Amino acid sequence: MEVSVTVNGEVRTADVEPRTLLVHFLRDDLGLTGTNIGCDTSSCGACTVLVDGRSAKSCTMLAVQADGADVTTIEGLAGEDGLHPMQEAFHECHALQCGYCTPGMVMAAVSLVDEYSDLDADGVREGLEGNLCRCTGYQNIVKAVLAASE
Amino acid sequence: MTVTDTPFAGGIVGEARLRKEDPALLTGEAKFIDDLDLPGALWVACVRSPHAHARINSVDTSEALAVAGVVAAYSGEDLADTWVAPLPCAWPVTDDMKNPAHFPVAQGKANYAGDIVAVVVATSRYAAADGLEGVVVDYEPLEAVLTVEDAESDRVVIYEDLGTNVSYEWPLIPDPEGVDAAFEAAEHHITETYVHQRLIPAPMEPRGVAVVPAPHNGDMTLYSSTQIPHVLKVMAALTLGVPEQKLRVVAPSVGGGFGCKLNVYAEEILCMALAQRHGVPVRWTESRTEAAGSTIQGRAQRQTIELAADADGKLTAVRATLLADMGAYLQLVAPGVPLLGAFLYHGLYDVPLYSFTCKSVFTNLTPTDAYRGAGRPEATYAIERGMDALAVAVGVGADEIRSRNFIPTEKFPYDSPAGLVFDSGNYQPALDRAKELVGWDARMAEQAERRAAGSTTHLGLGISTYVEMCGLAPSRVLASLNYGAGGWESATVRVLPTCKVQVVTGATPHGQGHETCWSMIVADRLGVDPDDVEVLHSDTAISPLGMDTYGSRSLSVGGTAIWMATEKVVEKAATIAAHMLEANPEDLELTGGVFSVKGSPDAEVPLAGVAFAAFTAHDLPDGVEPNLQAQVTWDPPNFTFPFGAHIAVVEIDEVTGAVDLIDYAACDDCGNQINPMIVEGQVHGGIVQGVAQALWEEAVYDEDGQCRSANLADYLVPSAAECIEMKLDHTVTPSPTNPMGVKGIGEAGTIASTPAVMNAVVDALRPLGVTGMAMPASPMTVRRAIEAAGGGAS
Repeated sequence: MEVSVTVNGEVRTADVEPRTLLVHFLRDDLGLTGTNIGCDTSSCGACTVLVDGRSAKSCTMLAVQADGADVTTIEGLAGEDGLHPMQEAFHECHALQCGYCTPGMVMAAVSLVDEYSDLDADGVREGLEGNLCRCTGYQNIVKAVLAASE
Repeated sequence: MTVTDTPFAGGIVGEARLRKEDPALLTGEAKFIDDLDLPGALWVACVRSPHAHARINSVDTSEALAVAGVVAAYSGEDLADTWVAPLPCAWPVTDDMKNPAHFPVAQGKANYAGDIVAVVVATSRYAAADGLEGVVVDYEPLEAVLTVEDAESDRVVIYEDLGTNVSYEWPLIPDPEGVDAAFEAAEHHITETYVHQRLIPAPMEPRGVAVVPAPHNGDMTLYSSTQIPHVLKVMAALTLGVPEQKLRVVAPSVGGGFGCKLNVYAEEILCMALAQRHGVPVRWTESRTEAAGSTIQGRAQRQTIELAADADGKLTAVRATLLADMGAYLQLVAPGVPLLGAFLYHGLYDVPLYSFTCKSVFTNLTPTDAYRGAGRPEATYAIERGMDALAVAVGVGADEIRSRNFIPTEKFPYDSPAGLVFDSGNYQPALDRAKELVGWDARMAEQAERRAAGSTTHLGLGISTYVEMCGLAPSRVLASLNYGAGGWESATVRVLPTCKVQVVTGATPHGQGHETCWSMIVADRLGVDPDDVEVLHSDTAISPLGMDTYGSRSLSVGGTAIWMATEKVVEKAATIAAHMLEANPEDLELTGGVFSVKGSPDAEVPLAGVAFAAFTAHDLPDGVEPNLQAQVTWDPPNFTFPFGAHIAVVEIDEVTGAVDLIDYAACDDCGNQINPMIVEGQVHGGIVQGVAQALWEEAVYDEDGQCRSANLADYLVPSAAECIEMKLDHTVTPSPTNPMGVKGIGEAGTIASTPAVMNAVVDALRPLGVTGMAMPASPMTVRRAIEAAGGGAS
């Protein structure tokens, strides 16, 4: 099936099997390997991207469901003037170690901050419940998201 | 008391410097194993036994071969001639250790649910998965051995040719008669039995393998999400018969390891064999659910600890016995994991007499091996839970019983009863600081108030003080433990003609921030910008010598090699600079990247000038080779012994059994710190991983030996919502074992936090008559313990 998705501002068209997951479309068909896969039960959030501005686990969607949608992946976040403020905050706060959960965590955090204007630490913790990190114990992730939300 | 002497003068080491690894990881630029673009690669999928123990009567791949995209399918018998040797176990801890042959694809019998029984090769990952459906295996299920007790009984012997399920027994009893006498004379004799449940390491990146062959010249490149490319190269060469000089192993960006990527896995050797056979690149990426049967699990042992103490609670002897579950096969270092704890069951307490014995058995479960801490969390758990039991028996506080038994600071270096020499330690200040951080006195008062008021929301405080041995390891000690390799580490420091620096290390990072820290060490000494130092690693073509990353060894062993190589470079540069300045090398000092003559401030030459002179070699002193580089292989003379004190505070709802971690404080001492920001990050993550063992995580198996918690929906890796803000501080007691005075911090948090939390849980429920608790302390487990104790509201 042909799908046409705007990815990081560019219209991308490909012929995919109907069963192709959005994450595999992004990674295997478009070569955007920044979006990672950490599980097969939609539990870990490593594959989180923005679909029409809201966070979505790209392993829970078929590529065909994204037909016509506007998708932002981690590759599309940094601008010409450098890292996105959320990426910068993760760097400043040491909110990543191995970095595998990081693209998904950053995308989820961008969406969370966009959605809620008055986040506190508990709100960040609840809001990122769907994204697992095995390295950081989350302490610096919470710090980074709060810093970026200001 | 905090000792502040430091060998660092450059003003860079000790700073909370941001990581140079971050930009690539934050933008998707970093390449993990599944990100590699390998045109024409075939995908491998594995048919895994659904039975814990079954005879394989036949494997029919014909239907699989008819699936679109499937190129080939093989049974174990089809590939039997491929292997030169079984998969390696590098740690035969005893001469008579039983070790069943373990091949990448099982032949004749599957010995755990997850054992590979056939393999499908296809043109895409989806086609390979489709092909799995077409492989028909005729199994004859056999009775399975699922517990260590059942294994020990030999009711069912898994490997008939071995005659028993017991792999080995290993004792460490320097003075058996003395120990017996101490227990006979003891005023207090505590006997406690604990079970360490099986844990799934669950790094966020599953494992993956890709092999690129060059069929005509015989080269082969193995890419793997591994902690140990160097060890893997040697082992893969031996297992498959590939000439080692033709084999290159690369660990690309690795998304966490926690010990489970410290192995030589079936899929690595299998993909190499299939790449050889097909003459094209071959790759495999593990799925999360598959990992429960394809990647090692951790802990899995039953331990009994006995403490002998006098009337004041002063320990007179410690005796520990283990029954450890190896799983179905012996993976790379699995038999040695109990030995890594064997020396530490007396903790950081001054105990004259010591006894440790371990028996390890086979079960029909996923093989076990090293998991963050490997042996030391188990040891610390036993002694720290035991100390709380002793405190109750003696009638003193959990803090007081520890203070009475700490190894006194003046006894360092301390000859331990197990035969180690603890390098340095100063334990009481760490406990005092942790108590201060958590507000110990106020919390105790609050607990007393709640108890007096009859509250059903119980407050519990748990202490864990720990010492660990890390910096694996002196090669001679490893030899005495029958380990099959050394414990050294290699480094090369190279100042390029433009005064930029390359550091080549055999340590293999997977999240630890090595590039940042190693740059800081070298830049601090050379007086260059850390950003001008590039750290090269994880590729055996670039870094041919190495022993890789595990056992909190990277800094104290690998970092020391870098330090020493830097010193050698400075020494050579000084010789050249002296020649340029017409001075004596001994009169030169290197400060801020400039060599100057002591006492003659005008006579100076920058390192950059020396580096270029070394490159042009137009005018070098006689006998001095061109270029500025040095290589060092460092074999540490001893382990290092970090320590600290952790305190957990929990709240337990008596009615629901729910445990809430409400406060956590830790004061750790890892000697001199290179980058305190990275130290704190390691402690944060470590603590949470240990808390998870106490409260949430368990690889649950049903009566058929099937893992019922195989994915992240059922296996409870904590999210941010379950975790809390931790309060950290540190003391600094430098190690005399290495020139930088460093110790190691990668595993400390995990080692300390599990017993701290469990001691808090038991402390909370003590008024209800609860004296013990199994892990994980789930609401159901807590409720059952309360009911068994006959107390509590319902």
